[in-house]
Amino acid sequence: MSVILQVENLGKVFIMHHFNQKKIIGCRSVNFSVHEGEFVGITGKSGAGKSTVLKCIYRTYLPTNGRILFQSKLFGKIDLARSAEQDIISIRHHEMGYVSQFLNVLPRVTALNVVAEALMEMGCDNERAVFQAKTMLRYFQIPENLWDAYPNTFSGGEKLRLNLARAMIKRPRLLLLDEPTASLDNQSKGPVKEMILELKRSGTSMIGIFHDIEFMKDVVDTSYTMNQGYLKEGIVA
Amino acid sequence: MSRDLQETEKQPLLKVRNLSKIYGSSCKSCLELTGPDMESNICPRCGSVVACGNISFNVYPGEIIGIVGESGSGKSTLIKSLYFDETPTSGEVYLQCFENGETNLLSISSQKKRWVRNHLMGIVYQNPYLGLKMDFSCGGNIAEKLLAADWYHVGKIRKRAKELLSKVEIPLERMDDLPRTFSGGMQQRVQISKALANNPPLLLLDEVTTGLDVSVQAQILDLIRQIQREFGITMIVVSHDFAVIRMLTDRTLVMKNGRVVESGLTDQVMEDPQHPYTQLLINSMI
Repeated sequence: MSVILQVENLGKVFIMHHFNQKKIIGCRSVNFSVHEGEFVGITGKSGAGKSTVLKCIYRTYLPTNGRILFQSKLFGKIDLARSAEQDIISIRHHEMGYVSQFLNVLPRVTALNVVAEALMEMGCDNERAVFQAKTMLRYFQIPENLWDAYPNTFSGGEKLRLNLARAMIKRPRLLLLDEPTASLDNQSKGPVKEMILELKRSGTSMIGIFHDIEFMKDVVDTSYTMNQGYLKEGIVA
Repeated sequence: MSRDLQETEKQPLLKVRNLSKIYGSSCKSCLELTGPDMESNICPRCGSVVACGNISFNVYPGEIIGIVGESGSGKSTLIKSLYFDETPTSGEVYLQCFENGETNLLSISSQKKRWVRNHLMGIVYQNPYLGLKMDFSCGGNIAEKLLAADWYHVGKIRKRAKELLSKVEIPLERMDDLPRTFSGGMQQRVQISKALANNPPLLLLDEVTTGLDVSVQAQILDLIRQIQREFGITMIVVSHDFAVIRMLTDRTLVMKNGRVVESGLTDQVMEDPQHPYTQLLINSMI
């Protein structure tokens, strides 16, 4: 299997200008790689820097040093830490998805449209996008009477499932998952696990942050632990 | 793979290079002695105001780019310079759909400038009184823009006006009423329909929701999003409000004292602001 993502010596330092240039270290000299269809799991205490690594890969954070080499279909090998914003936007639309613990959607967009618009971004026509979005919402057991509602009224679990539906419907080549099971009951975890396994079979590579070690064991191929900004191989309890 | 190629070969629709606008006599040191590092846009040597200093950026086809900053940072001067409402002191502006993007728009004749503005651009001002003739009917306002863009068939103009007004949800019964009699939100929607009349490749929006009720703000923002989705128009959105910028844009420039202090993906600028001023703006959000 070929390498789709290679993180080399990634470091992130936040400088707070209003607290006398105070420095906060997010992560330091992080190295790892992800192969096609591989699921990499990261665990660690909160504040250890797990989300920082994911956000650097998605470029929501601007990495301070290091390289994030992504094997893109659109652009070939590209360093996500340095590449043009325009290219990052295209990669986000077509190749890379991000699911956080929090639903971050535009106001006044219905659940159905949240998912359908994800496909329209990729150039899918309206009718087909809506059809596929409905299938996806059904799969993630979001009740039909909520499809035309605004997600800000949803429960934590419903928001998370909607978030997953929106990211997974694109079948991105690389999917970043920040605690994908955080607010799910055991019954809802089933479809999420199934979907992850199915995406893996179809070649999607994933990086996931977990506190739920049980769930993680069933889906990951390689696991890492983060502690005080450093990444180590294996699970350290 | 044809789409892939298009993605990588995207040319900017608009290129702005080193645009400066100085009010006053201006001296050699104006640009050097002003800006965020000096915490002022007034030249201490000659007293000129540097509203915009050496601004450069690209706007790509179909994207919405945001310009954010406090009042007096130069945002509106920048956008008005692009629409030829202001004459920049120096700089270059290229529009891909005008002479293949090879001619500096700031150097062409005023007749050609008028043509570019009437055929290739639309603008929506914060103050509807700037964008609309309040004593012309709504239909008349749209007709004015269409006439300027060489539409001469009255029937077609009328049809297009109806189409546009229903797009922005102005009841057609009110098409012949004067915008003066409309609410602020309705005036703004008429202004948007007028700006869109000639199907411009580039739409400039200057603080279009400032001063409106929140529910009306929401309507206008949803309308802009809908227009972008349907027509794929390239837009520059100027606002002092990060909530507006977050809702509409993929990329953002942050301005202070007439300079761009930071630019990046909108989510990056908001979650990981680099410049002290951007951090202050983000920390000031309510």
